[in-house]
Amino acid sequence: MSDKKPERRDFLFTASYAVGAVGVAAVVWPLVDQMNPDASVKALASTEVDVSSVKPGNTITVLWRGKPVFIRRRTQEEISEARSVKMEDLIHPEKDEDRAKDPEWLVMVGVCTHLGCVPLNDKGDYDGWFCPCHGSHYDTSGRIRKGPAPLNMEVPKYEFVNDNTIKIG
Amino acid sequence: MSDHEYTPTSKVGKWFNDRLPLLTLANHLTDYPTPKNLNYWWTFGGILTFCLITQIVTGLTLAMHYIAHADMAFESVEHIMRDVNYGWLIRYIHANGASMFFLAVYIHIFRSLFYGSYKSPREIIWIIGIIIYLLMMAAAFMGYVLPWGQMSFWGATVITNLFSAIPLVGEGIVTWLWGGYSVDNPTLTRFFTLHYLIPFLILGLVVLHIWALHVPGNNNPVGIDIKKPSKDTVPFHPYIVIKDGFALLMFMIVFAFFVFYSPNILGHADNYIEANPMVTPAHIVPEWYLLPFYAILRSVPDKLLGVVAMLSAILILAVLPWLDTSKIRSAVFRPLYKQFYWILVADVLILGYMGAMPAEGLYLLIARVATAYYFLHFLVILPVLGFKEKTLPVPLSITEPILGGSPNLAMAKNKESIDK
Repeated sequence: MSDKKPERRDFLFTASYAVGAVGVAAVVWPLVDQMNPDASVKALASTEVDVSSVKPGNTITVLWRGKPVFIRRRTQEEISEARSVKMEDLIHPEKDEDRAKDPEWLVMVGVCTHLGCVPLNDKGDYDGWFCPCHGSHYDTSGRIRKGPAPLNMEVPKYEFVNDNTIKIG
Repeated sequence: MSDHEYTPTSKVGKWFNDRLPLLTLANHLTDYPTPKNLNYWWTFGGILTFCLITQIVTGLTLAMHYIAHADMAFESVEHIMRDVNYGWLIRYIHANGASMFFLAVYIHIFRSLFYGSYKSPREIIWIIGIIIYLLMMAAAFMGYVLPWGQMSFWGATVITNLFSAIPLVGEGIVTWLWGGYSVDNPTLTRFFTLHYLIPFLILGLVVLHIWALHVPGNNNPVGIDIKKPSKDTVPFHPYIVIKDGFALLMFMIVFAFFVFYSPNILGHADNYIEANPMVTPAHIVPEWYLLPFYAILRSVPDKLLGVVAMLSAILILAVLPWLDTSKIRSAVFRPLYKQFYWILVADVLILGYMGAMPAEGLYLLIARVATAYYFLHFLVILPVLGFKEKTLPVPLSITEPILGGSPNLAMAKNKESIDK
């Protein structure tokens, strides 16, 4: 077979397969892409939250894109604890200043970066959060300190619309 | 398929069979020569077929009442339990049927491991079996999500998040699987669709599994090749049919015990709380049949490597025919393998137990040792054993050890001395 010279027919075969493959791909893509988030899911991309009732040391949990978002009004001790950590002690180094623009308010997606459970408040070895599923410990800035999770809890895009309202997304 | 030509006796039968040889197939199945020494561990193939049909029939009837919607799924399951005529019975058979299915499949797999049924020329049967096992796990997992309880929701979250461990494309794949940014209604509807589809894929693979089996014929406890048909075989019907039927009755007693006396013992109480995306239950555990793999996942401290280890633990079975270098099939004639086999059984049971315990302290340590041993067994012990082990003499036929002093025995001894 291999020492046979390519003929006009071989060209026809190759061309037919190539056109066939493009056709199959064009049909398969809509069937695959229909599983991605649809327009109605994407439409729910932002949420506004009234935070006037949150006292220092308290956390509220709100639902954003089907996921819980923690909004914590941190105490002075928690802020200083989060800001005094050395970068080399962190698994996923991020400055607290970058995670909480306004140091009093920590806003983050309350989903463990290991396998997606919701960590528990005021628990764990670092006074922050503890994930009961597989034992990940987060500090007062929501950064991973111990356990199987690879990353810090995600800080979503958010902004203060006014003094009492946070818009997430 | 059959060694001999089959001709139906009736004229109509002959007319039909010439056009579609179904009667030839039926004749092949009834006459199919089976080793006469098959023990009760060989009855689980039939039991598994029963389990699959039970799941399909009960599943079809449940689907007539279940509503696959995040707002209504939980209530519709309660509706099945309370309002639908015999709904409680059908659902309990279906839910416990999954556990019974896995119980039977684990016995079936470990029987194959003991008697070397996966070895040449039965590798394809074995690999099809592993694919069926993987599909069973997928079907069971998606089925567990459908009642939309707390364990459903968080089990789905944790398992789908396993894919986020894949570098670069992981997050995109998880979003695609969910059809959103978390497990939600789109996830539920597609899981229902796939849960409905997979049993029929399994059914097709079971046909291939049996077809591939009928080419070389059954392995047997002695693990030797036998002539078919010969005095070492009996026809499938009535001998095996009756034996399988009796074993099935015994199995159904165990099945019925769970359905009628402790229908919830294998489930988790948290699944009677409706799914809540804001709160994770304190202790997430998968169903019992997935626990050994869950223990392997948790015993590796790195996310990606944990997922890789868990998948490898299953996929390593697919290449088992080439990892086991011993020519002797049955553990009966492999004194060392027999001991390692039972250590492996204990190892898997220990992993299962550790999977149910919190991943900390001594539990975690034991799980890590057991995980290491699991891979050691397949990757080191089995390949080395084939070269190092001194096996016992294998009889030349099934009847030979019983009919002592036959010419065969002399031949066996002769062969043994040649082997040395």
